[in-house]
Amino acid sequence: MSFINDPITFLAEWITQFLGGFLPEAWVTFIVTLLGVIITASFGLVFVIFLIWLERKIAARFQDRLGPNRAGPFGLLQTFADIVKLITKEDVIPEKADKLTFNIAPILSVVAVLLIWAVVPFAPGWIGTDLNVGVLYIAAVGSFGILSILMAGWSSNNKYALLGAFRAVAQLISYEVPMLVTLMVPVLLARSMGMMTMVESQDLWFIFLAPISAIIFLVSSIAEVGRTPFDLIEAESEIVAGYHTEYTGMKFGLFFAAEFLHAFTIGVLFAIFFLGGWRGPGAEQFRLLGVVYLMLKGLLGYFVVMWVRSTLPRIRIDHMLAFNWKFLTPLSLALLVMTAILDKVFGDTALRFPVLLAGNGSVLLVTWLALRWTSRRHTKERRVFKKRPVAKPA
Amino acid sequence: MTVEQAVFLFTSALILFSGFMMVTRRNLVHAALYLIVALFGVAVIFVLLEAGFLAVVQVLVYIGAIAILMIFAVMLTRGDISKEQEPVNADFGWALMLAALFCFGLIILIGQWPAVNSQAPALSAETDTVFELGSALVSPDAYVIPFEVASVLLLAALIGALVVARPHKKSK
Repeated sequence: MSFINDPITFLAEWITQFLGGFLPEAWVTFIVTLLGVIITASFGLVFVIFLIWLERKIAARFQDRLGPNRAGPFGLLQTFADIVKLITKEDVIPEKADKLTFNIAPILSVVAVLLIWAVVPFAPGWIGTDLNVGVLYIAAVGSFGILSILMAGWSSNNKYALLGAFRAVAQLISYEVPMLVTLMVPVLLARSMGMMTMVESQDLWFIFLAPISAIIFLVSSIAEVGRTPFDLIEAESEIVAGYHTEYTGMKFGLFFAAEFLHAFTIGVLFAIFFLGGWRGPGAEQFRLLGVVYLMLKGLLGYFVVMWVRSTLPRIRIDHMLAFNWKFLTPLSLALLVMTAILDKVFGDTALRFPVLLAGNGSVLLVTWLALRWTSRRHTKERRVFKKRPVAKPA
Repeated sequence: MTVEQAVFLFTSALILFSGFMMVTRRNLVHAALYLIVALFGVAVIFVLLEAGFLAVVQVLVYIGAIAILMIFAVMLTRGDISKEQEPVNADFGWALMLAALFCFGLIILIGQWPAVNSQAPALSAETDTVFELGSALVSPDAYVIPFEVASVLLLAALIGALVVARPHKKSK
C-alpha cells in the first residue's frame, strides 16, 4: 500500500509500527483509534467553518446580495471573526435556569451530529466503524439531537424556549417516521444495513431505482434539521428564537454549528444512500479521490438544502403536521411495499431498473390522481362569493 | 482486569447510580434525564455483549420515547413541573415489600436457569447477527407467530388511538 494510493492507511500503519517499538499492543490500538476519532471529529468541525461561509455567500447570491466580503479574500475569514466574537461574548446563564442541563444541551447537540460521522464511508476502507446496523445507528443518534433541544428548551426556564422545544419534538419525531420508512428502501436495494455495503452495492445509483424515496428522504431530513421551510422550532416572529432563546456566546455558537454541520451531514447521507457515496472513476485506485467525490456529492445535496432554504417561506404548523402524516408517511409506506415486492421478483434480473422506475412512476401517478381528487373535493367546499361590480376604465 | 471488564464495571455502576438518582429525584424532568442515562448504560452493556442491533434499538426506542414522555410529563402533571414534590406516598411500605419479593423471586428463578452457569458457544466471525435475527423473526419454526401477534397488537393500539381521538360527528 503506497502513500499516494491510500495515505490514511499508510500513516496508520507507520504510527502503529513506530509506537509498537516501545508500547504494549493494547495501548497502540487505543492511541491509533483515538487519533482516528480525533481526525474524523475535527474534520467535521473544521469543515463547518467553511460551510458557514459558503452558505452565507450562496444565500446572498440567491437574494441578490454580495454576502461577507470584508474579512480576507472573498470574505473567507468572516467566520473566524465571528468565532472570536462569540468566544469573547459574556456567558449569561439565566438565574432560574437548570444549570447542569443548560450547559450540557449545546454540547449534546454537536455530539449528536458528530456521532453520525462515525459510520460515514469516506473511501474504500476508510470508515470509522463499519457497523452492520449503520443505517439504524444514524436514526438512533438522531434522538440525541431531539433530546438536546428538549433539554435546552426546558432548562432555560423561559416560556418561548419551552414552546420552541415542544414544537421541535413534535416536528422531529413526526418526520422521523417517513425518514426511517424511506431509509428502508436503500436498505432493501442494498440488502444490508451496513454503510460500506450500501455504497459498494450501488453499481447503479439508487436515485435511479428509487427517485421518489430520494426526494422524501431529503425533505424529511430538512425537517429533521429544522431549516426553512421547517424552521417553526425557531420561528423568530412567533417564539423569539425557540429553544436557544437564552443562550449566549459560544453556547449559542454550538447550536449554530450543529445546525450547519447537520445540514451538510444530510447532504453527505443523501450522497451515500442515493448518489453512490465515494464511487467514481479511479476511487478504488486513489482513495483520496473517493473522499473528493463524496464531498462533491454531499455539497450537491447541501446545495439543494440551501436552495430550498433561501427560496421557500416558513410553513404553518398544521400544514407541517398534515404534510407529514397525510402525504409523506402514506407515500413512503406505499413506496416501501412497492419496492419490496418488485425488488424481490425482479431484483436479480436485468429488468430491475425499468421495473422499479415504472413502479415509482405508477406510485407518482396514483398520488397525483389522489391529490387531484381531494383538491377538487376541497374546491367544492370553498365558499363562492357573489360577483361584485368592478371598476372599469372609462 | 481486561478493558472490557473495566468498561462493564464502570457502566454497571453508572446504571445503578442513575437508577437510584432517578427514583429519588423530586424534579420530574431530572428523573427522566437520569432514566435516559440508565437506559443508555444498558445500550452500552448490549454493545459489550456484541448485540449491536439491540443496542441501537435500545437507544432509538427508549431515548426517542423518553423525549415524548417528558413532554407528556410537562403537559399532564398538575401545576408547575419544576415544583419539588415528595417522591413517596403512604403506600411506600407496600411497594418496597412487593419490589423486594419480586427481586428475590427473580434471583431464585434466574439462579435455577441452566444457561446461567454455562458459557454460550462463540459465534463465528462470519455470522451476520442482523441477518440471523431477521430470518428468525419471519421463520415458521422460530418467532413468526409472536412477531405477527405483536404487530397486530400494535396496529390495534394505533387504530384504537385514532378511534378515541376522532371527533364525534353526532356532537356537532
